[in-house]
Amino acid sequence: MNPELGNFALALACCMAAGQAILPLIGASRRDARLMALAPALAVGQMIALITSFACLIHAAITNDFSVQNVAANSAVSKPLLYKITGVWGNHEGSVLLWAMILSICGGAVALFGRNLPSALQARVIAVLGGVAAGFELFCLTTSNPFARVWPAPMDGQGMNPLLQDPGLAFHPPILYTGYVGFAVPFAFAIAALIEGRVDAAWGRWVRPWAVAAWCFLTCGIAMGSWWSYYVLGWGGYWFWDPVENASLIPWLTGTALVHSAIVVEKREALKIWTVLLAIGTFSFSLSGTFLVRSGILNSVHAFANDPARGVFILGLLALVIGGSLLLFAIRAPQLTTGGLFAPVSREGLLVLNNILLCSICAVVLTGTMYPPFMSLLFGKTISVGKPFFDATTIPLAIPLMVFMGFGPMMPWKRAQMWPVLRRLWWAACVTAVALVVATFQMRDILPVLATATAVWVICSSVADIAERLRLFRQPLGQSWQRARSLPRAVFGAALAHAGVGIVVLGIAGMSQAAHRIVEVHVGQSEMLAGDSWTLTDVKPAEGPNYTALVATIEVRHNGRLITTLHPSKRTFASQHQTTTEVAIHTNLMADIYGVLGDKHGDDANPTYVLRLHYNPLAPWMWLGGLIMALGGALSLSDRRVRVGAPRRAKTVDVVVVQ
Amino acid sequence: MTRKSRRLWLVVACMIGLGSAAALTLNAFSSNIVFFMAPSQVHSKPPPADRTIRLGGMVVAGSVHQEKVKDAPVAIFDVTDGQAAVTVRYEGILPDLFREGQSVVAVGTVNPDGTFRASEVLAKHDETYMPKEVAEELRRSGKWDPRFGKAPDAASWNTMTAADNAKKPATQTP
Repeated sequence: MNPELGNFALALACCMAAGQAILPLIGASRRDARLMALAPALAVGQMIALITSFACLIHAAITNDFSVQNVAANSAVSKPLLYKITGVWGNHEGSVLLWAMILSICGGAVALFGRNLPSALQARVIAVLGGVAAGFELFCLTTSNPFARVWPAPMDGQGMNPLLQDPGLAFHPPILYTGYVGFAVPFAFAIAALIEGRVDAAWGRWVRPWAVAAWCFLTCGIAMGSWWSYYVLGWGGYWFWDPVENASLIPWLTGTALVHSAIVVEKREALKIWTVLLAIGTFSFSLSGTFLVRSGILNSVHAFANDPARGVFILGLLALVIGGSLLLFAIRAPQLTTGGLFAPVSREGLLVLNNILLCSICAVVLTGTMYPPFMSLLFGKTISVGKPFFDATTIPLAIPLMVFMGFGPMMPWKRAQMWPVLRRLWWAACVTAVALVVATFQMRDILPVLATATAVWVICSSVADIAERLRLFRQPLGQSWQRARSLPRAVFGAALAHAGVGIVVLGIAGMSQAAHRIVEVHVGQSEMLAGDSWTLTDVKPAEGPNYTALVATIEVRHNGRLITTLHPSKRTFASQHQTTTEVAIHTNLMADIYGVLGDKHGDDANPTYVLRLHYNPLAPWMWLGGLIMALGGALSLSDRRVRVGAPRRAKTVDVVVVQ
Repeated sequence: MTRKSRRLWLVVACMIGLGSAAALTLNAFSSNIVFFMAPSQVHSKPPPADRTIRLGGMVVAGSVHQEKVKDAPVAIFDVTDGQAAVTVRYEGILPDLFREGQSVVAVGTVNPDGTFRASEVLAKHDETYMPKEVAEELRRSGKWDPRFGKAPDAASWNTMTAADNAKKPATQTP
């Protein structure tokens, strides 16, 4: 019964989304208040229907309803409860439903928390969101229905890919999807503005919180994905320049550009056309990202669900959304007026530079990602583009970006002089110079040295920016505190996010110095790595809920003092005939000690074990920095200015979190 | 600052940004692209020793064994496309999904003696999955056509290669 209810709710949501896409648009063009008022009601209705539908699917998974094909194919009785729930979005059908549900929640959020918007704009924004949602829900209903039944129902499910049985996967896809889908709201704002033919400072102010919120989630999602591959895949790496990873990085880059260019629209009414294009582009890349994952068009380790037939539907949907919006842009953009003047050396000038560099990086990543499939499609050549390519192209572009990042927040608007800015940054420059010298002696290659120096520069200049605004150490602390309280939170948010970038880059530079060894040892044997002595003291079997494991005990000592005991293991899942490697990681926040258990060799009387030992300096900083960036974004969302116009509704954007 | 000169600044900045991106891309493409090769291609046209390639095919059943070189374990196995086999040496832990008789992609360089030094071995997450390149190579060599049913299973792979090698001893690896 429940799956049918879910299916019905999904179909109902699809119908409501179709109505939501059409009626408010007619209402907005005819200035018909009643039709426009339908928009929020339909958006909320669609949200409730989809949440119901998703809850039904989760219910089916929890209650082991194997007559539902999706549950039978991806779940099993023996699976722990947490993974029964997370398994719902670990497969194609469920993840499309999750996507649609998040999109409907975005629509509901605009309906509920966008009451201060002009009603025509709100109606159009909700209509655009409804159109996209209707497409995805139709896709879900026709080509990948998660509620399809199977007869006769099997006694037990086939179980999930053991790699996905991990707490990291419980939260990674929903957060990443919220980021992806969140950019639908700026996109809808852009389309609505194009239909209206008007972009002004108010538009910039409305669109920015949504863009920042989506950006926070996407940042978190990418950081979590990177962390997941670091500790689950057990290769000791954190970013593989895999097409699917790139598919999340590309919208992040344009989204970051959008967050910055929207500031210029809001403050100076310049860069309007460009910002609209960025909003369209970011969501288009998000959509393409899903398309790349779901259709399996790119050969990737992430392609769990490969089904080209579905690709055709998604391709059509993409062509409609992206092509349609770009066509509208081409028709309407010339009518948008260009805004205020500014000198090259000014806040706007640096924000433009930020946009140019971010988009250049994005273009490079896009080229590297799309080149192999195009080559194989057009010329039948099979090639691949990997880490060396992306390192050689993105880092030289990222370094000037980081250098300018230090100046940006200190520049006055409109027209600036370099000298006063430089004078305020002198100590940051000194610290950077010291870092450069230290790094030159510590590291061999030029790129990590430059990355370290620029990262230190970004962090120091963010601190300098705040210190300058607070007149720290030039006034009594009490007065600085007063200043801190009156300073907008967006300023702190920006500085925090910038410092987060610096921390991420420091982590990456540290990881370039990582050391690893692969050894084959007897129990009791010791090996040295990075000044530590690693001893395999024990290997014994253990039982898990739906697997059997071989657990090793490795003691890591530094100068004879025990640092930690690692327990890496290998799990064998009987139902899938699959083994997974469970990495053991010990972190002290300055470095990770990372051990992997490999194969067993030799006879049972005197076996040897292959171990892979890693010493990863500053590794945790990469994810910590990502988290700090997202926190910075959240802090600037809590700014008073975001709430202005809706003073009684304090939580403007937090609704996205609820889910 | 007039509108015109401001626009000039913008255009110049854009040109520099995108120009350097394009230059970096082209430069990286010339040295960092990795080509896929099947074992028979490696035999007929061995790539230069410093060129990284991706070698793909099926792991010959019964060919996997271990060696110990200076305390580090080295996995040695043969990869075949049904026409020729190449011996791969890999210092590291083979991925969890690595199986004899299943598809694999190894990234590395060809040694002067014809063996392959892998820096990375990839087996796919899904155990029924066959890399696109491997499937394509099988189709080209006439071992399997996706239009005529499922891919041959692991066991038949083994015999298929053995039969081929018996017919064509020249292609057997040294």
